[in-house]
Amino acid sequence: MSAGSLPSGSQVKDPGYPTPSENYLTNSKGVLSWIFTLDHKRIGVMYLIGVTAAFAIAGLLALLIRLHLFQPDGMIFQGEEANNYYNQVFTLHGAIMVFLFIIPSVPAALGNFLVPVMLGAKDVAFPRLNLCSFYLWVFGALFFVSALCASGLDTGWTFYTPYSTTTDSSVILATSGAFILGFSSIFTGLNFIVTINTMRPPGMTWFRMPLFLWATYATSIIQVLATPVLGITLLLLIAERTMHIGIFDPEYNGDPVTFQHFFWFYSHPAVYIMILPAFGVISDLISVHSHKRIFGYRFIAYSSIAIALLGFLVWGHHMFTAGMSSLTTIIFSALTFTVSVPSAIKVFNWLATMYKGSISLTTPMCYALSFIFLFTIGGLTGLHLGTLATDMHLHDTYFVVAHFHYVMVGGTLVAFLGGVFHWWPKMFGKMYSEAGGRLSALLVFAGFNLTFLPQFILGSRGMPRRYATYDPEFAALHQMSTWGSMLLGFGLLVALIVLLRSLKSGKRAPANPWGGATLEWECTSPPPFYNFERAPAVGDPYDFSDLEWEADNERYVKVEPAREIVPETQPEKEPAHAEDSK
Amino acid sequence: MSTIEASPEVGHDEHGHDHDHPPFLAHHFDTPEQQFDSGKLGIWLFLVTEVLFFSGMFCAYAIFRALRPEVFEGCSQFLNTKLGAINTGVLLFSSLTMAWAVRCSQLEQHKGLVGTLAATLSCAMIFLGVKAIEYSHKFGMGLLPAGLFFYDPSNPHPTEHPPYLAYICAPFAVALVGVLCWLVFSAVAGKKFQFAVAKPLSVVCLCFFVGVGLGMVLESGEESADHVDTHADPNGLATAPVMLEVEKAAAAEAAPAIAASGAQVSVDEGVLEILATDPTNVGVKSGLNALEQQTAAAGTSTVTGDGEILGAITTTEVDVMTPTTAGVFFSIYYCMTGIHAIHILAGIGVLVWLLVRAVRQDFNRQYFGPVDYVGLYWHLVDLIWIYLFPLLYLIR
Ligand code: HEM
Ligand SMILES: [Cu+2]
Repeated sequence: MSAGSLPSGSQVKDPGYPTPSENYLTNSKGVLSWIFTLDHKRIGVMYLIGVTAAFAIAGLLALLIRLHLFQPDGMIFQGEEANNYYNQVFTLHGAIMVFLFIIPSVPAALGNFLVPVMLGAKDVAFPRLNLCSFYLWVFGALFFVSALCASGLDTGWTFYTPYSTTTDSSVILATSGAFILGFSSIFTGLNFIVTINTMRPPGMTWFRMPLFLWATYATSIIQVLATPVLGITLLLLIAERTMHIGIFDPEYNGDPVTFQHFFWFYSHPAVYIMILPAFGVISDLISVHSHKRIFGYRFIAYSSIAIALLGFLVWGHHMFTAGMSSLTTIIFSALTFTVSVPSAIKVFNWLATMYKGSISLTTPMCYALSFIFLFTIGGLTGLHLGTLATDMHLHDTYFVVAHFHYVMVGGTLVAFLGGVFHWWPKMFGKMYSEAGGRLSALLVFAGFNLTFLPQFILGSRGMPRRYATYDPEFAALHQMSTWGSMLLGFGLLVALIVLLRSLKSGKRAPANPWGGATLEWECTSPPPFYNFERAPAVGDPYDFSDLEWEADNERYVKVEPAREIVPETQPEKEPAHAEDSK
Repeated sequence: MSTIEASPEVGHDEHGHDHDHPPFLAHHFDTPEQQFDSGKLGIWLFLVTEVLFFSGMFCAYAIFRALRPEVFEGCSQFLNTKLGAINTGVLLFSSLTMAWAVRCSQLEQHKGLVGTLAATLSCAMIFLGVKAIEYSHKFGMGLLPAGLFFYDPSNPHPTEHPPYLAYICAPFAVALVGVLCWLVFSAVAGKKFQFAVAKPLSVVCLCFFVGVGLGMVLESGEESADHVDTHADPNGLATAPVMLEVEKAAAAEAAPAIAASGAQVSVDEGVLEILATDPTNVGVKSGLNALEQQTAAAGTSTVTGDGEILGAITTTEVDVMTPTTAGVFFSIYYCMTGIHAIHILAGIGVLVWLLVRAVRQDFNRQYFGPVDYVGLYWHLVDLIWIYLFPLLYLIR
């Protein structure tokens, strides 16, 4: 990538800027034009706002938990009901984070905006269904809020029976909410599968798709195949509570471990619903900001599918201590190890992509780098948990808490932030302050590690999870963790402020600020409501050779060598071979 | 250096379509084929999720059948095979009319389409009518999910119970009256289109009561034949004579095996008994009780006399009709058939929508996607019943 001047005599292609009547944000006005919109980009933006709000609520609950744990006897909740309050707060934190934030974060918010644009299509295959998914999400969220306002929820986000059939907190409201959210997730997945299958433009073969689309495709497969099982499980749980059907409730001859099997048959694949789209984001970010072709494209693509399929075979690793036969546990343990292979393949490919690339340390790249670091720790500690002997000791301790926060926060959340910073100029047509963005990445990285590294130590020393109080010997580590969480919260706040400020006072974004070669950079920022007038010419999504930095306008442009008419001389009236045949 | 700023063109009202765009083609698709393929893939994926949704319940069925085969044997006799068979036939026929409807829409036979759709809807209604009889009968007898189960073998038909059948029929009666009013109104007001819609719909609504009538006739026939010998049994055991023959043979085979495992049990018992004294170990305690009962039953049946085996089997039969055993069977029965019935109701909803569009003659040889998709859905709902019927009613 040459920095600066463009080769002389070349032609530059750039879509320019949209007019207000084309810009999808401004082409129609009024609240109703948003509420009833069928435009996938607007739906994506509404999701973005929704998941951010959910994240803010659940994040505040998390800070409350951490503050409470600042002292061994508990700092916030006091008195008789202290434990009850604590249980409710961590349950709502977990449930909101999982069902309302992480699962829809990348696929529904970023995916909705990007999938059709990356495909050069005008919309997703079923725009009405897409809007319906969004409203199902809103309904599900309302159910959660009403559970919060009624009598809270204290079962943990896993709703394990028999406790969930006997507690008098609002299990039914919350599970109905999760049931509805499940349908939202299924419809989104279904929509993306159909869109990617049938609406690719001519020339975009499967192996010319951006890796984000591969990841979205794999995610959608899981959403469609796993979520119905959660649906029926929750429905049976509701029936169990209302009519005592005796399937999960031991009091009526049911089997609570059956519930765990059903639940994890969904929820383990669901952790890949959370992380696979993040993998897709990172693949694109690393390649674009290293200005180098992605290394091992096919391996990354296939490993997404491999993870999606293998992910269905390992649910038992959450139940090693629940009394399965030893043969079953050994099989589940072995299968668990196989899942980490495709994950590792991706990490190595990203590292190889960066090797000898010309890395720009932009905000998205800072997040991507911190993703690689944090996800690797999270994934590797998963192996400790997948090993039978160590899991006996580590199960239900802070080690598990640290493990899944490393993959879910360090992985998905960080990738989500990276993606938002990467595509923000495309979504809203504004550039944010780079310095502020990088600062937020640094704060999030430091705060995150300070919060969760101590928890690995806590867990391995035997601190169990889900307790409101603890032995004084753990106090120092818990306090570190609480300080870290405040730093993390501050970092996230900085990120939010940087982004919101850009909307007011940011510079106008060019069509291609980073030098990406995928199709979304070929339409204006923000895109017109129809995305592309006609299906764009599809090139290699990771071929950056014809993109040049144009310093005057601070943008990347597509450069084509100057065309000449060859040969320059006029041909003779009579072709040469005509002479011979005479 | 020359710069081509691909100038943003103004006025994209027609989304840049230069080719002709038929009215049924959504704006974001290029061709009718693309639209049809998308819909087809979408509906297949949806059907996959439906299958997985039901698979959870099939799993629950398999687990409990494996754990307590005797409960399933004892209880499935309470399901009326005749009614189940009638419903199976009705649904199969509705699949035929549905497939026919798809054909009609492709051939642009608008009258035929309306007729076949109405026939499909009528079958769906008959199915629900028969189901209403089955459900209300069982509600009355207290054959309910575990938590609500109150069946009393000595008094199987308590006379004091709410009119369940009336409750179930009420919404359908309201619908029937509504549609009939609409029919009359549209006929009087001379609204041709509305009349054309209301006419088949009133037949459809009537069919629910045809189903109810059919169910009543068959159910009362069953009453005299089956229930007499069941309830004549002084202990009120739910054992039909035919079944016992089969049981006898099976028990004779299984008996030595049970006896052998009985010996094994006693070895571990010492440890278990100590564990069971711990009040928190409820599971061990009840497991131990179950084992004791089992060995007791197996013990008597090892004696190779027919009477002895019979005795052993009947003791287990007595236990079958309790909330925690038969109740679980009926839980599974209601969950599976209930959710299936909800799918039938949803199917009725979309079929009515199709019927209206069919009267409007929306479909043609280029655009028959919706009929095709609903057809696929309907076949799946049908197929699920084809599995439910033998699993719940027939296997004994
Ligand atoms: C890379 C390979 C991974 C392996 C081998 C692995 C392994 C495990 C194991 C064995 C457990 C059970 C620990 C216990 O309860 O004793 C566990 C828990 C968990 N994992 Fe992972 N994991 C991996 C990746 C992920 C990813 C990518 C996510 C999410 C994005 C994730 C989320 C979770 C969650 C949420 C739990 C705890 C659930 C709960 O009990 O509340 N894991 N993991
Ligand atoms: Cu897992």
